[in-house]
Order: sequence, then structure tokens, then C-alpha cells
Amino acid sequence: MTAPFAGDWTTGRPALAFQHCRACGARWLFARSFCPQCGGADVEMREASGLGTVHAVTLVTRAPSEALRPHAPYLLVLVDADEGFRVMAHAAPDVAIGDRVAASFRPFGSGLVPYFACVE
Amino acid sequence: MSFITGAGHTAYGRLEGCDTLALMSSAAQAALDDAGLVRADIDGLITGYSTTLPHLMLSTVFAEHFGLKPDYAHAVQLGGATGFAMVMLAHRLVAAGVARNILVVAGENRLTGQARDAAVQTLAQVGHPVYEVPLGPTIPAYYGLVASRYMHEFGVREEDLAALSVLMRRNAGRHPGAHLRTPVTLAEVMASKPIASPLKFLDCCPVSDGGAALVVSREASRTGTVRITGSAQAHTHQHVSAAPSLTRFGAAASTAAAMAEAGIALSDVGYAAIYDSFTITLAILLEEIGLAPRGKAGDWAREGRFDPDGAMPLNTHGGLLSYGHCGVAGAMAHLVEARLQMMGRAGDRQVPQAPSVALLHGDGGVLSSHVSLVLERTP
Repeated sequence: MTAPFAGDWTTGRPALAFQHCRACGARWLFARSFCPQCGGADVEMREASGLGTVHAVTLVTRAPSEALRPHAPYLLVLVDADEGFRVMAHAAPDVAIGDRVAASFRPFGSGLVPYFACVE
Repeated sequence: MSFITGAGHTAYGRLEGCDTLALMSSAAQAALDDAGLVRADIDGLITGYSTTLPHLMLSTVFAEHFGLKPDYAHAVQLGGATGFAMVMLAHRLVAAGVARNILVVAGENRLTGQARDAAVQTLAQVGHPVYEVPLGPTIPAYYGLVASRYMHEFGVREEDLAALSVLMRRNAGRHPGAHLRTPVTLAEVMASKPIASPLKFLDCCPVSDGGAALVVSREASRTGTVRITGSAQAHTHQHVSAAPSLTRFGAAASTAAAMAEAGIALSDVGYAAIYDSFTITLAILLEEIGLAPRGKAGDWAREGRFDPDGAMPLNTHGGLLSYGHCGVAGAMAHLVEARLQMMGRAGDRQVPQAPSVALLHGDGGVLSSHVSLVLERTP
């Protein structure tokens, strides 16, 4: 029997997680109780290393709400995590496509969000 | 086979005092008048949705309001692809014998019916509620992410996107109903305020009020000389985080399937009506469909290929970028305009040779859902 997963940034814990299908090996981000590829129920939640490569970036100047406006501009990225899943996150202003990055976690809005910066 | 026997839309823009049902009614009446039909002739009704009139049963709300008692009615939801999806459904239903004349209608006071922040937030909710929305994205940000990758891989420059904005505005200048008609220069697009890089203010469509409607019929008529000969869809993901690729989308498969059904090739197409929520959307769709080589849509636009008198007239009403975007009806204006051009009824905007074949393509979400239509004019 395994201990219940401790949670990730979406529940306020400074960690990045993904799901892994023990049956077919698929890996994905959005948590659910089954594998979207094979339908199997033997799904495991794993904590990620937080390391990855930047796939896409956009600097958001026009924030969606009054509450978030003081934060703008902020850089949004899609990062291809080393474990084989893609995640949307915040990033340091100098981060560009192709950069190797590592995750930390910062308060944003009403919660905690992953924040990637370049690794040396 | 089905025929578009009637079409109409309102002006798009700031239409104070018009709510969803009023805009839908104006457009529906225009389409009926165009078709020479009366309410009793309509036995099918397909509506979309309205963010300013959220309702479980918008189709029958509208039927009651407008005075229809259809045998078949419901609403459809597919984001920006809804309009073309509604038309595809009407086409299939008519061909299957479910109804004789289906009214396809949409409208929304998206601009004046809510605060700007409310509109931005409602639209941003197409993002994932747990993994994306808490990060503070916007629709332009989702497309900005796609743009960054697409431009990186295919060497597209911001000036290339700007060329498409300039073209859509120039086209809109010839349409009295367009939301934005003042010409813009490449320099003005490039200098417009940043929204979500690389997208600037003039890379983004406006939020508009407006309505559009079509009558899709089983039988041809004096006004029904344009028929739908191909239709197809492709759905690859919902959220941009889950997109299988940011450089290859469902548009290629969707248009190929629609053209195969119609038995035509891209070389037969004489008019393109392509979804253009952002300049990058238009560039990607043109290139993915094959109407321009990868990375070259901007160059081809600058060279005049997509001008009204060019080899492939494109969104001659100004598209979402300048005719305006009022939600579901937004892209339906592309179809209304394509039909006018095919029938030689586009007035000052008429292209030199009325096209006999038009290709339409819409996308919903973040290039998530694709719907393609082929229209042909009866000789």
C-alpha cells in the first residue's frame, strides 16, 4: 500500500507532479483516475524533478483581471519536463525557447505557481 | 447536398441597446428576407451560445422570441468553430431529410453587454481551470505561446503577422458594416501596444456586438445557387498545454477531408474564408491548409496574393480582425461574405471574377477544434 500523494502546486505544495500509467507507460499532466491513452486504472502520481526545456513563451502585458494587473508583465511558458510531460508555468523574464530550466514556486494570485529559471 | 438559400448579418461593432435576442432576430429576419421565406417555412433551428445570455436552451428561447415552431432545434457549442459547425450540422441534417429549411442563427452583444474584464475572463476560462487559469493567462496569451513556437520553427517575423492585420483592415474599409474601418499601416501594427508577445493590440480581433444568420435548405432556389459540397472536422485537444503539437494542427486533415468529399483540389478554390481571431491564427491556418507555404503567409499577403484582386481573395469583408468578432456569429460573417462574392453580389467589394468554389475554415479553442466547409456555385 502506497502513501497518498502529498500534492503539488495546484494544492499549495511547492512541487510539480505528473501521472504515469503502469500499464502502457503514458505520462501526462492533468490529473485523472485513469489513463487517457489506454483507459487503464493503474495510474500513479509522481513528483517531477522540476527540470525541463522551454517549448514556448509569451510575455503577458494585458492581465486578465484587476487583481492580477499589478503582476503584469509576466512571462508564461510551456515547459517540456524531463519526465515527458508538458506544463504551463511562469518563468524569469530572460527565459527563451530552448533554454534548460528548473522550477521553483512563487505566490501568484490566490495560490502558488511554478516559476522556471535558467539552469547554469 | 444542401443549398444556402438565405444569409444576412448586422453591422458589427458597438451596437448600444441591442441584446443577444435582438441581434439574433435582426440577422434571422435578414436571412429570411434574403431567402424569400417566412417563419412558417423554417422547420429546423440551430443556434450557438451567447456569453451575455447563458441559457440551457438558447434555441427554443430564440424560437419562442422570434416566433418559430420548428420540428427540430438545439444549440451547438464549439468555441470559435461553432458557426461553421452549425452550418455543417444543418447541411448534414438537410441532406439526411430531417428538415427542409434550417435557420442557423447567432448573435451576441459581447462588447456592450458586459464589462471588458468580464469578457476577457469568460474567454480565458477555456483554459484548464486547475493547471492553466491560476497562472493568469488570456486568450491572446494562449495564442502568444503558439505563435512563439510556430514563428521559432518556421522563421515567421512579427512583420509577417502585421501584414495580415493591414490586409484585413484594408478589406474592412470597403464594408460599411465593419467594426474597424480606419486603415492601419505596418508601422502602426508594429507599434501597437503589447498584449501577449509576440501579439500586439492590432494582431488581435476586437470584441464586437453583432448577429449573423443563414438558411440551409434541401432545395435550390433563385437565391440558393451556392451549395455546400464538403464538410469535415478535426479535434486534437482542448487546452494548449495538451496540444500534441504547436506547429501542426487539425486544419490540414479537416480541410483535406472536406475537399475530398467535395471532389475538389486546392487549385480549384477561388476564394478563402479563414478564421482570423489573431494574425497568427490566420497565418497558421493559411499555411497548414496549404494556401501559403510554411512561414510565407505574410510574404504572400504583402505581395498581394490575398488581395481582393489577387490570386486568392481572403476574407474580403475584413475578417474577425476588422469586420469584428461577436462570438458565434463572428465567423459566420466570413460565410455570408463568401456567398455574396460567389453570387456576384458583393458590390464595391466584388472580386474581379466571382469565385465558383470557396474554402472555409474555422477553429475553436486554441487551434483545438477545426471545421472546414467547401461551397460551390451552381453553374
